[in-house]
Amino acid sequence: MATEGASSPSFRDRAKGVGHTLKLDSVGRAWRKLPGRARTWIPALILLALAALYPTFYEQALGDMELPVIREWPSVSTAVIMIVFIMMAVGLNIVVGYAGLLDLGYVAFYAVGAYTAGWLASGHFQQVKIHIGSAGVNPELRGIHINMWLVLAIAGCITAIAGILIGLPTLRLRGDYLAIVTLGFGEIIPQFVRNADNLGGFNLTAGTFGINPIDSPGFGTGLNDSLGLPVSFQQSFDKINLFYYSALVLLLITIFCSVRLRDSRLGRAWIAIREDETAAAAMGVPLMRTKTWAYALGAFFGGVAGAFYASFKGGAFPSEFFFNISVFLLCMVILGGMGSVWGVVVAGAILTYLNQEGLSNIGSYLNRETPLDFEVAKYQFGIYGVIIVLMMLFRPVGLIPESRRKREIEELGPETETLYGDRHA
Amino acid sequence: MSVDAGRVAGIRKRGGPSFTSILGIFFVALLAIILLRNLINDPTQFFNVSVIGLTTGSVYALVALGYTLVYGILQLINFAHGDVFALSGLVASSIMIDVLNLSGDEAVVVVIGGLIATLAMTMGFGSTINATIELLGYRKLRGQPRLTMLISAVGMSFIVQNVSLIIYDVNYRSAPDLIPSSEAFSIGDVSIPWNKLTVILVTIPVLLILTWLVRSTKQGKAMRATAQDQDAAAMMGINVNRTISFTFVLAGSLAGAAGVLFLLQFQMRYDTGFELGLIAFTAAVLGGIGNLAGATLGGLLIGFIQAYNEGLSIWVLGSDWTRTMVFGILIAILVFRPEGLLGERTPEGA
Repeated sequence: MATEGASSPSFRDRAKGVGHTLKLDSVGRAWRKLPGRARTWIPALILLALAALYPTFYEQALGDMELPVIREWPSVSTAVIMIVFIMMAVGLNIVVGYAGLLDLGYVAFYAVGAYTAGWLASGHFQQVKIHIGSAGVNPELRGIHINMWLVLAIAGCITAIAGILIGLPTLRLRGDYLAIVTLGFGEIIPQFVRNADNLGGFNLTAGTFGINPIDSPGFGTGLNDSLGLPVSFQQSFDKINLFYYSALVLLLITIFCSVRLRDSRLGRAWIAIREDETAAAAMGVPLMRTKTWAYALGAFFGGVAGAFYASFKGGAFPSEFFFNISVFLLCMVILGGMGSVWGVVVAGAILTYLNQEGLSNIGSYLNRETPLDFEVAKYQFGIYGVIIVLMMLFRPVGLIPESRRKREIEELGPETETLYGDRHA
Repeated sequence: MSVDAGRVAGIRKRGGPSFTSILGIFFVALLAIILLRNLINDPTQFFNVSVIGLTTGSVYALVALGYTLVYGILQLINFAHGDVFALSGLVASSIMIDVLNLSGDEAVVVVIGGLIATLAMTMGFGSTINATIELLGYRKLRGQPRLTMLISAVGMSFIVQNVSLIIYDVNYRSAPDLIPSSEAFSIGDVSIPWNKLTVILVTIPVLLILTWLVRSTKQGKAMRATAQDQDAAAMMGINVNRTISFTFVLAGSLAGAAGVLFLLQFQMRYDTGFELGLIAFTAAVLGGIGNLAGATLGGLLIGFIQAYNEGLSIWVLGSDWTRTMVFGILIAILVFRPEGLLGERTPEGA
């Protein structure tokens, strides 16, 4: 059993070896005395405080600071992208981590979310003129312009419905077949949006050009007058910071929902299915319904994140939706630890940073300092591949494992192992 | 043995012509009408396109066999297989151009000899890579939950793809003009060019050798036994590790052969294997995964479907939609007939 006791002696021994026995040991003991709830929330609150202050820090000091190897702190706009991808990874974690359903086509949900934003908050449909609470948009403009906050919710719901539609026929399949079918959907949907600029003469997705510009979130003139909230992020002069804070709020909601879902009746049913489908079914867990909920809720967050990201970039472009994104997200879930929300958050932040800035910075560092001439950023997916394989081989529970999953893997110890492994496991 | 409760529910639905079988018949009928309409309209075009379908289908069949062999023995979708195919094809181009210095101007005997040498070396290369992947990426994970190995395979796929990227960069490679695309012979108006003929001439013996290996040799018997029950096979004195390695070697050499044949017809680069791998996997599932004849049939069918979709002119969607069609077929099969065309419905099946 991997309770706190099992891991602490080694920690204590290591602390002794370093020579800070007294100090570290007393801190460690005090830490362990705290109730479990506090031990989860204190790091989370510290993390949140740091995240909330990041744009200020960045502006005041970090922006000009010179770092070794990676040179500079991630810019605030990179941070926005990091948060968006963390949101998607947390959504994927519901499907892969909680319910144990390998989804290799999560990018489809991202695409559905982004295109929903494109349809409902841009001038794409020139045939009509619909404005519903749109903020900072000229009321004379044609097209559908719905308030972006509303669009985020609608995009989530539409993506959840898409998740159910994909799930219903496929969730009966066993794990690896499910993986390949989701992969299929992940390939079909991008090709569909690329080709759907002429569906019997109707331009649904504007083909390879993508839909742009997409409206930006905002609070309209009414709230601007009374509370001083920005009319529209796009027209506001600290646009990036506004996007950053709203992304942070969305991420908090996502994490909160994710944690609460995990501890709910539904979440326990997911984990039961993940651990043993047959036993779960025997205990009266409705398999199909429970799995479909995992799909729908996982998709919901992907859709919201996709719509938000589309609004941040100002467009939905088909070139962004490809298989590698699905693997990239899966890599976050695996690296962080399947089922572990905090692990996924940390891994998502690290990997997205590496993807956006880190790898190219590290690459240029290597090229400057060593005779190597190697474009690290070009081989990013090879690096993710190495990460995935190494994690599976040496630490399948992830960096910050979920306690239950860790026990589950450890229980598959020598005594239950068959001669050449249990193929039916 | 995992009994899926969804399947238990499915049992009730069986018996009598079900909704799904009616839908299946409807689709097949629709397909037949489209093909017939094209055949009547322009027979020459139809048969020429069929030749293209046959040759592309042969390549798909060879790659699909690799998926099916590995799936049969480990219940693993070896995602890296498509990338092994692509890397082998690229290496084959290097062997032809840089090692053997073939340019196509040599005597016929030299060209044929060079081609056979390339084929042998590429098959050796493919099997080495594939066996190494198994050794490094999958062997340690055999006792773990099945998703672990599958995820490792996804990672391996990216690693192999990036190895190709490191060696060959993003450029397309093609074979030197060894085999003319001029007409070998013709039946009526339908011409069979030399390069297509070569593909068929290579595929058939490879398939025969594979069948012989699996059906009639001791090692093949060991493979079938291991596929049925690893523990029991081990108790009967079969070296399970070696048998699984042998399966990967076999699959890898098929991928190598497919790489050479693909290269003779088309250009390829580091990411060619990804999409082709998915198509080939679809072919394996279509025929019934784990079933060798099924993989061949599935590969040919997908080859024909793709060729008809891209080459015919009436009532087809065109090449923009090929990928959607292939995956549509995959999803439809998994939903309506998860055991595939030739597969048996096993308790474990889907």
